[in-house]
Amino acid sequence: MKGIFKNPLRRWFWLFLGPVTAAFAIGFVWPFLQGIYLSFCKFKLIRNAKFIGFGNYLSAFKDPTFLHAFWYTALFALTSLLFINILGFAAAYVLTQGIKGSNLFRTVFFMPNLIGGIVLGYIWSMIFDGILSRYGTSILLETKYGFWGLIILMCWQQIGYMMIIYIAGLQAVPEDMLEAAKIDGATKRQTLFRVTIPNVMPSITICTFLSLTNGFKLFDQNLALTGGQPFIIQADGSSIKTTEMLALNIYNTFYSSNSASKGVAQAKAVLFFILVAGLGLAQLAYTRKREVQQ
Amino acid sequence: MNKNESLAAERRRKTIMSVVLGVICIIYVLPVFTVVLNSFKLNTFVKTDTFAVPRGEMWAGFANFIKGMTFGNYPFWNSVKYSVLITVLSTALILLFCSMAAWYIARVNSFFCKTIYYLCVFSMVVPFQMVMFTLSKTADSLHLNTPWTIPIVYLGFGAGLAIFMFVGFVKSIPLEIEEAASIDGCGPVRTYFSVVFPMLKPTLISVGILEIMWVWNDFLLPYLVLDINEYRTIPIHIQYLKGSYGTVDLGATMALILLSIIPVIIFYLICQKYIIKGVAAGAVKG
Repeated sequence: MKGIFKNPLRRWFWLFLGPVTAAFAIGFVWPFLQGIYLSFCKFKLIRNAKFIGFGNYLSAFKDPTFLHAFWYTALFALTSLLFINILGFAAAYVLTQGIKGSNLFRTVFFMPNLIGGIVLGYIWSMIFDGILSRYGTSILLETKYGFWGLIILMCWQQIGYMMIIYIAGLQAVPEDMLEAAKIDGATKRQTLFRVTIPNVMPSITICTFLSLTNGFKLFDQNLALTGGQPFIIQADGSSIKTTEMLALNIYNTFYSSNSASKGVAQAKAVLFFILVAGLGLAQLAYTRKREVQQ
Repeated sequence: MNKNESLAAERRRKTIMSVVLGVICIIYVLPVFTVVLNSFKLNTFVKTDTFAVPRGEMWAGFANFIKGMTFGNYPFWNSVKYSVLITVLSTALILLFCSMAAWYIARVNSFFCKTIYYLCVFSMVVPFQMVMFTLSKTADSLHLNTPWTIPIVYLGFGAGLAIFMFVGFVKSIPLEIEEAASIDGCGPVRTYFSVVFPMLKPTLISVGILEIMWVWNDFLLPYLVLDINEYRTIPIHIQYLKGSYGTVDLGATMALILLSIIPVIIFYLICQKYIIKGVAAGAVKG
């Protein structure tokens, strides 16, 4: 039976798989392979790329702006991960307790997710400047304002998203387990930490994975809120953009006036890819281990 | 007696929580409210009196909106048109072709199918910066740099999540239904479009919502691929206005931001149920 059914389908390969395969080759596979190749090349235009080995990678590691962006991004991603997940979980926990108006609250908390990163950045830069201008300063003048400003922005945007995932997880916690805990005389706190949280570990895995990779990949919000300002001018005349994150640093290296930097930028992009993919997988493997088997 | 007391305490606690959440909700919508206030304010007052209600000399009326329409020597209406065009076309392409491909992958399961599937899963962890430069050059050389052709780029770069979600769903559909259709004389194409495709509806909605949210708000991909003197989507247009340093009319920018988020909020309020479901589904499978 299976054989009869499968054969006619295979003849329609070009119709079913063709379009996606072609677009996928153009939109992902080819650019990806070419990107890896170009990271070993010196080039201004792709057609006169010259193979130079690991030179670009060495330059990338020696670039102080790249290292600064790395540490800044790591700090940002971890901080935002903590805030977003704790607050998102708290919101989900409260909203699954059968409080009046839960649906309305859920609607409001999720709403900022639909606003794009660029627009979000400009909304918040206006708000922060509106507050800070009273004290004669601006979000563009101090690194710490830029950092915490971006944390607040990301919390505002992402808490609702994580909350939705946590709500789905909390609703899947078996009712009889909670009942059993209650009968055994567990307090609310004990039930939360001993029964509820172990049971929502899959949601915690997903949410921490999403917020960690989102934090590392952040671009639009970073560009629109501070664009890397304030800058520190170094002794040799180059400048470090103190609130510039990795994605923005790679973008700025690609499209800077220094035309010899494209190879270095592509090498940075490959390193960035390895970092994001590696972190994501390591984090998944770590939290997956802690999930309860049912 | 004791039980009644604890019930009353419970009720009181819940009322307090409702009030606290209500206050947080109001704080949550304040940023959007601030945009509304400032879109009616004269430019000079946006920076100094950001949180003031636009009254008296601050009041700009609808001048900001009128000015915003042709702000930066580019008609805002064109941005809206291009954003809608790109979002609708891209989402339609992704839904149609990725669901077809996913069915083929799930049912044929040859070596080539598995390769495509794992490449798709792999593409989900690749950040855009990795392919940004080469993708924009490839798109240029293949003339995919117009709003009518850029959906092909979206189909390629967005295939990962869509194929992953569709394959997951197709695998849960019993094969017997399709076998029955083929015994009744349906060819693969007819089986797909009259039997399988309608069954995919919940996943079509989830994927559609996720893709719409992504494409509509995407900035960097269209910014690098499109010719921005001619074609600007809404995020590109807003970035262009604010990013060009010098004298920026903040009042007019806020008017445009307000105009660009109103349709999003309306869309959200109408499709809220599906959006929240789609997000939960996408996350659980991702």
